[in-house]
Amino acid sequence: MTQSNRLGGGQIDRNTSLTFRFDNRSYTAHPGDTLASALLANDVRLIGRSFKYHRPRGLLTAGSEEPNGMVELRTGARKEPNTRATTIEMFDGLEARSQNRWPSLKFDALAVNDLFSNFLSAGFYYKTFMWPAAFWEKLYEPMIRRAAGLGSLSMEDDPDEYDKGFRHCDLLIIGAGPAGLMAALTAGRAGADVILADEDFALGGRLNSESFAVGDHSAPDWAAQVVAELSSMPNVRLMPRTTVIGAFDHGIYGAVERTGDHLPTLPDGKPRQILWRIYTQKALLCAGATERPIAFENNDRPGIMMASAMRTYANRFAATPSQRVAIFTNNDDGHRTAADLHTKGVKIAAVVDVREDAPGSYDYEVLKGAQVTDTKGRLGLTFVEVTLSDGSSRTLDCGALGVSGGWNPNVHLTCHQRGRPVWNDDLAAFVPGADLPVGLSVAGAANGVMTTYGALKSGAEGAAEALERKGALPDLPEAEDAPVKQKPFWYVEGCKRAWVDQQNDVTVKDVKLSYQEGFRSVEHLKRYTTLGMATDQGKTSNITGLAIMAEVAGKSIPEVGTTIFRPPYTPIPIATFAGRMKGQEFHPTRLTPSHYWAKERGAVFVEAGNWLRAQWFPLPGETHWRQSVDREVRETRASVGVCDCTTLGKIDVQGTDAAEFLNRIYANGFAKLPVGKTRYGLMLREDGMVMDDGTAARMAEDHFVVTTTTANAVSVYRHMEFVRQCLYPDMDVQLISTTEAWAQFAVAGPNARKLLQKIVDPEFDLSNEAFPFMACGNITVCGGLRARLFRISFSGELAYEIAVPSRYGDALMRRLMAEGEEFNVVPYGTEALGVMRVEKGHAAGNELNGTTTALNLGLGKMVSKKKDSIGSVLSEREALVEPDVLRLVGIKPVQPEDKITAGGHLMNADGPVDAANDQGYVTSAVYSPILNSNIGLGLVKNGAERLGEKMRLVSPLTDLTVEVELVSAHFVDPEGERLRA
Amino acid sequence: MRYSGFRVIKEALTGHKGWKPVWREPEPKPHYDIVVIGGGGHGLATAHYLSKVYGQRNVAVVEKGWIGGGNVGRNTTIVRSNYMLDGNEPFYEFSMKLWEGLEQDLNYNAMMSQRGIINLFHTDGQRDAYIRRGNAMILNGADAELLDADQVRNEHPYLNFDDARFPIKGGLVQRRAGTARHDAVAWGFARSADMYGVDIIQNCEVTGLRIESGKCLGVETTKGFIGANKVGCAVAGSSGRVMSMAGMRLPIESHVLQAFVSEGLKPVLPSVITYGAGHFYVSQSDKGGLVFGGDIDGYNTYAQRGNLPVVEDVCEGGMALMPMIGRARLLRMWGGVMDMSMDGSPIIDRTPVEGLYFNGGWCYGGFKATPASGHCFAHLLARDEPHPVATAYRLDRFRTGRTIDEKGVGNQPNLH
Amino acid sequence: MIINHPLLGPRDASEFTYLGDASLIDRPDWQAENASEAFYEYGYLRDNPAGEHQELWYHEAGDRSWLVVTRNTLTHEISKVELARDVARARGRSK
Repeated sequence: MTQSNRLGGGQIDRNTSLTFRFDNRSYTAHPGDTLASALLANDVRLIGRSFKYHRPRGLLTAGSEEPNGMVELRTGARKEPNTRATTIEMFDGLEARSQNRWPSLKFDALAVNDLFSNFLSAGFYYKTFMWPAAFWEKLYEPMIRRAAGLGSLSMEDDPDEYDKGFRHCDLLIIGAGPAGLMAALTAGRAGADVILADEDFALGGRLNSESFAVGDHSAPDWAAQVVAELSSMPNVRLMPRTTVIGAFDHGIYGAVERTGDHLPTLPDGKPRQILWRIYTQKALLCAGATERPIAFENNDRPGIMMASAMRTYANRFAATPSQRVAIFTNNDDGHRTAADLHTKGVKIAAVVDVREDAPGSYDYEVLKGAQVTDTKGRLGLTFVEVTLSDGSSRTLDCGALGVSGGWNPNVHLTCHQRGRPVWNDDLAAFVPGADLPVGLSVAGAANGVMTTYGALKSGAEGAAEALERKGALPDLPEAEDAPVKQKPFWYVEGCKRAWVDQQNDVTVKDVKLSYQEGFRSVEHLKRYTTLGMATDQGKTSNITGLAIMAEVAGKSIPEVGTTIFRPPYTPIPIATFAGRMKGQEFHPTRLTPSHYWAKERGAVFVEAGNWLRAQWFPLPGETHWRQSVDREVRETRASVGVCDCTTLGKIDVQGTDAAEFLNRIYANGFAKLPVGKTRYGLMLREDGMVMDDGTAARMAEDHFVVTTTTANAVSVYRHMEFVRQCLYPDMDVQLISTTEAWAQFAVAGPNARKLLQKIVDPEFDLSNEAFPFMACGNITVCGGLRARLFRISFSGELAYEIAVPSRYGDALMRRLMAEGEEFNVVPYGTEALGVMRVEKGHAAGNELNGTTTALNLGLGKMVSKKKDSIGSVLSEREALVEPDVLRLVGIKPVQPEDKITAGGHLMNADGPVDAANDQGYVTSAVYSPILNSNIGLGLVKNGAERLGEKMRLVSPLTDLTVEVELVSAHFVDPEGERLRA
Repeated sequence: MRYSGFRVIKEALTGHKGWKPVWREPEPKPHYDIVVIGGGGHGLATAHYLSKVYGQRNVAVVEKGWIGGGNVGRNTTIVRSNYMLDGNEPFYEFSMKLWEGLEQDLNYNAMMSQRGIINLFHTDGQRDAYIRRGNAMILNGADAELLDADQVRNEHPYLNFDDARFPIKGGLVQRRAGTARHDAVAWGFARSADMYGVDIIQNCEVTGLRIESGKCLGVETTKGFIGANKVGCAVAGSSGRVMSMAGMRLPIESHVLQAFVSEGLKPVLPSVITYGAGHFYVSQSDKGGLVFGGDIDGYNTYAQRGNLPVVEDVCEGGMALMPMIGRARLLRMWGGVMDMSMDGSPIIDRTPVEGLYFNGGWCYGGFKATPASGHCFAHLLARDEPHPVATAYRLDRFRTGRTIDEKGVGNQPNLH
Repeated sequence: MIINHPLLGPRDASEFTYLGDASLIDRPDWQAENASEAFYEYGYLRDNPAGEHQELWYHEAGDRSWLVVTRNTLTHEISKVELARDVARARGRSK
C-alpha cells in the first residue's frame, strides 16, 4: 500500500524510504516518522484494543501521553510490550504487533465484554465472585487474569546492555519547546553550564507541530536555528531522546536517555538506554501542556483523536488520519487545527464548537453552539452525530474527529516532592503550586503561559531568574500571542458511554457511580474506578474525571481536590534502573589470594558474602562432596591442613588507648593482655546480644590486630568507628581495615608446627615454650618476607594462622603445599572448616544469629562486670537471664547413622509435638568423620543442665524425626590438649 | 445492602440506580464508648471486629484524610504467615485464617488470592534458617514446603539459574499465602463496620489527646472534642506524632518504604517471589502489573516519597533474579511511612495512660496482619486483656528483653 | 540526597550508612543507679520527630567519618552537618 494519507511538507526525509511491519503487513515510511505517523500515513487507524471491554482503538495523541496506541515492538527476546506507537521513532525493518486481542485485532473474542459492559461497571468485582469461596482462585481469577494485562513479555532474558551515569549542571532545562529553547539560549549565552533535555528525538516541542512563524522563520526553522546555536556552545549539553523522570531530593533529577531504541540493532557495546542522575544547582521545568479531551458518546473510536495531535501529524509528519476530518472543540485552538489541515488539502467536514460565539471561517463550516452526541464506525470512525444549537441533529461524514477541550499544564515534576498544583480559573486547569521542589521553577505552558510569545519570554526570564542574573534578556522574536479563549466543557450531557480514561475503560457513568457509592475523595475515585491508573497515568483523563466528580458533588474542581503525580514521568524499563548490575555483575566478586591456585586444584567454590571461597578440593575419583570433606577433616586432624582464611575481617587498632578501647568494645577484658599474646574476644551489641567474635592480638603495647567474622567485617568496623568517634572521642586510638592487605592462612593439625618451621625464618623459635598457644608475633618467612603469626585454632588442632602481604598469598600457599608434601598436607575448604568447628563446639554464623546472648552460647562468664563495655548492661535484662533460657549444647543421634538437620526443632522425649512444647532448635549439623556420627549444635532451654537427656529432633518440613541425646558441645578434645600441644 | 451476583445483575439491568453509598458520612457525636484513631486497614478492621465480634456498637473511627489512604492503600498486597518466632507465628497464622474467610465475613470481595509465596535461599546458612522457620510454621499449624533448586526451577523456569551471581539453592514455600486487593480490604472493613453502626469520620484530624489525672478522656480533633471511654491509636507511620500528644516516646522510628508497579502484562508470575540475595520481592496483580518492592530507604522520614538509589537497588535485584522482566516498564513508584519498631515486631498493648491503647510498630509487614491486628486490638479494647495470639506484643518487652527479633539485627529499626 | 560533608564537601547520600537518632551519642553511665532504665531508654525509645532531626550518618564509602546531620524529616532539607566527634565532645564525652 502506498502512503495514501501522506500530505505535503513536514519534517520527514522523503528521499529515503523505510520498510516496517505492523501485524505482519508491510508498509513504508520515512526517517522522521514515528510508528504512529507512519501508520496514519498508511491509512491504518485501528491499532489496539482497550483493557476491559476490548474496544477497538486508534491513536488519541501524538506524544508520550498516549493511552491507546500501544503495540508490542520488536521480536524474540527484544520484544517490548505496551510500547506507545507515538514515541517509537521509525527505523528500517521495524516490526510491531497489536496486543491484548485474540485471535486478531479486527476480530477480538473478548470484545464480547463490551456487550456486558452494564454488568462490568466500576467496582463490580468487589460485589461478586465470592461464592463459593474456593472458586476465586480456581475459576474467576484465572479468567480475569487472562483477560486483563496488556502486552506480553517474551519470557526470555533481556539481551541488551544498559548503563548509568552522573551529570552536573548549573541549570537543567526540562523540555525543549519554545520556553525551554529560549531558556537554554539565555543561560547558555550567559555562560552557565546548561543541560537541555527533551523526550522527543527532535528538539523544538510544539514549535515543530505548528505552521505559524517565529520571527522571520517558520516555527520549526526557528527551533532548528536555536538548536544549532546551542550545539555550538561548549557549556550547553543537548540531550534529545531523554525523559526527565523524577525530581528527587536536593536538586537531583533522574533522566533516561534512549540511546539505542531508534536503531535497528545496537552496535556492540552500545547501551540501549542510560539512566542519568543529574545533579543540579537549579532546574527549570518547560514541559509544556497536554491537550485534554471532551467526553461524549462513543468518543473512543479509531479516528477520534486530540485536535493538537492531528495538527502535529499534519504539520510535522505530513500525515492525516483521514482525508475527511471534523473538529470538536471548546476553544480557539481547535480551529487552528482545522485551518492547518485545510491548508494541507484535507477536507474539513465541519468544526463543531460548543461556544455560541465561536469564530467563523470562510474555508469550512463552523457549527457554533453545537455538540457531538454520538459517533459511528465499528473499527474506525465513519460518521459523527452532532446536535446543533437549535436542538436539531446533523450527521457529519468523516473518517477522523479532532477533539480539543483545552490544555493542562504538565505540572508532574512539580508534584514529585508532594507539592500540590493550584487551580487557575482563566485556564480552567491546574498550574504549579507554591510548594515546588527546592531549586525548581517553571516556565512556559507548564506554568500556564499558553501563547508562543509568552512561552519564549517566560523561558528567558525563568532562566535569568534561576541563575540570578540581571541585565538584558536576549531579544525575543515575534510570535503568536493571542489570548486563550475557551469555555470549560468536560463532557456532553446525557451521554451513556463516554470514555474518560480510554485505556482503562472508565466512562463518565463510572465516575458518577463512584460518587453515588460514596467513593468521593479523588483518591477513592481513582482507586474505585481505576481512572488514571493505566500506563498513561491519566495524563489525558485525570482532570476530566475530577471535573465530572466536582459537577456531581456540586463543588468546584479545586474543592474536590487533585491527585498528585508520582515518578516516573513516563514508564521506564526495569532493566534501565538496574543498569549493568545483573547476572554475574549483580555484586562485585572478591577473590581470595589463593583463588587461582585453588582453581588449579579443582576446588569447588562457594559464595560467602561477596567473596568466593574454596568449599572443598575434590580429588580424582571422589564423586560425592562428602568424600572430599571427610578426607580433608581426617587428614587435617591426622597430620596437617591449610585453609585460606583471608576473608576474616582484620582491623588494625593503634594508639596509647588501644587496649582500653578494646576493653569497651569487647565484653571480656583486654587491658591486661600482654604483648605477644592473642585473646578470643566476644563483642556484644548494645542490646546485649552477641554481635561478633574474633581475636585480638597484641603486637605491641599500642598495637592490636583484631579479627572479625567474614560476614561482619564491615559492620564491626563501622561499629568500632562509632564507638571511637561518637562515644569516646578523646581516646588516642586509630583504626584501619586491613582485610585486603594481608593474606592469611590457617595451618592446622599435629604437624602444623613442623610444616611452619620449614618456611619460617630460623631466627624465630616456634617451640611450644617459645611460642605457646595464643602467642602472636611479627616474623619473617621464606628468607625475609615480613609476616604475622598467630597461634590460634578454630579447628581444635595445634594450629596457627599466618599472614603475609596479600601479593605474596598465592606464593605462600604454593610454598606451604610444596613444603608440606612430606606430611601429606591437605588443603581444606569451608565445609571441612565447618565440620571441625562443630566437632570442637565453636559457635559460628548459625549460632551468632543476632538473637543469642553470651549466656545462650555458654560464654556468659566472659561478660566482665568489672568494667564498662558495650552491651553489658542490657545483657542482664530479666528475660535474658531466666533459668530456662536457651543454652548451647551438642546434639548426637542415638543411632550414629541417623541424619540430623539444622533447623530441626527439639521436643521432649515424650509428650506432644507442637509449638507450645518446643524446647529449642538445631543450629548446625554435620557429619563427623572423626566420630563416625552425625553431630550438631543446638540451642535448648536450660540445655546446659540437661546434658545426657534424650530428646526428639523433629523436622516436619523435611519429614524427619530422630531420637537424639544432648551432649557437651565439645565433641573433640574437650580438654584442649591438642591445641596446646 | 448485601452484595451478590444477583444484585449486580439486577442493578445492571436497572441502570445501577440502587447502589447506596458504602459508608455514611456522619458528623461526630460528643461521646463514644471507643474511639479508634486512624482509618487505615488496622483501624477499620478494629472497628469491624469491635462491632461484629465484641458487640461494641458505640464506636467511631476518626481519620485525618480519606480512609484507606495510608499504608493499606500503598503496599505490595502480600498476605502470608511464614514467621519463625513463637511470639509471631500464632498471630500471623490467626490472621491467615481470617483472610481465608474474609470475603464471606465482610460480604465484600477483597480478592484474596492464595497463589502462594516462595522465599528463595542461596546459601546453606539461609537454608538452615528457612528449615527452622518452616518447621516453626508447621508446628504452629501453618503450612510450609521446602523446595530444592530443581523443584524451584520446575515451578519458576524463568528465574536466573544459568548466570546467577548467587545461585538459587531452593526455596521455602507457603501455598496458602498470596495477595489481596489492598484498597478493597480497607473498604470492606469500613463498609461492614458502618453497617454495624460504627461512625467513620473522614477529614477529622486528631490534634490532641485530652488526658486528666492519668486518664484519657477523648480526642481533640479538627471537628471538635470527641469524648471516649477508651481511645485506641492505630496510625502506623504517624504513631510517634500521635503518641507524643500523650507525652510518650515509643520504640519506633518512621521510615519510608517505596513500592513499584509495572505496566500491565499478560500473566507471567504464578506466585509471590522473594529474592534471598538482594532486596526484591514481586507478585503480579490481577490487572497484570508486576507489584514489587525492596528495602526501606533507611533514614527517618515522614515524607511519603523516596529517592533513586533504592529504586535502582530494587530493580537490580529484580534483574539479577529474573532477567526476563527487563523490558517490562516501571509505571509508578510510591512511598509509605512505616512504623519501624526496635525489634521488627508490632505492639498491641495498653499504655501507661488509662484508657489509651496502642497498636503500631508494624514495620512494612502490616498489610498481612490487618484482620488479626484489628481482631486482637478489638479484643484488647473490649476486654482489657490481650488476645491469646497477641500476648507477646507488649510495650514493656524492650525493657524486659522479651523482644521478638525475626531478623536478629537488634535495636536498629532500619535493619528490620 | 546530598550531604555536605564538613571535610569533603557535598557527597551523595548513597556513600553513607545511616544509623539513627544522634541521641545514640549520649550513652548512659554504666555505674549510675538507674543504669538499666537509662540504657533501656537509650537503646529503645526515640523522639522520632516530624520535623528537625539530628541523626548519625557514617561515610562508609568515603573517609569513615561519623557525621551528625540535622535534617527535616518532612522535607528532607539538611540544615547542618557536623563531625560526630565534635558533637560528642560538645556534649561532654571524652574517653
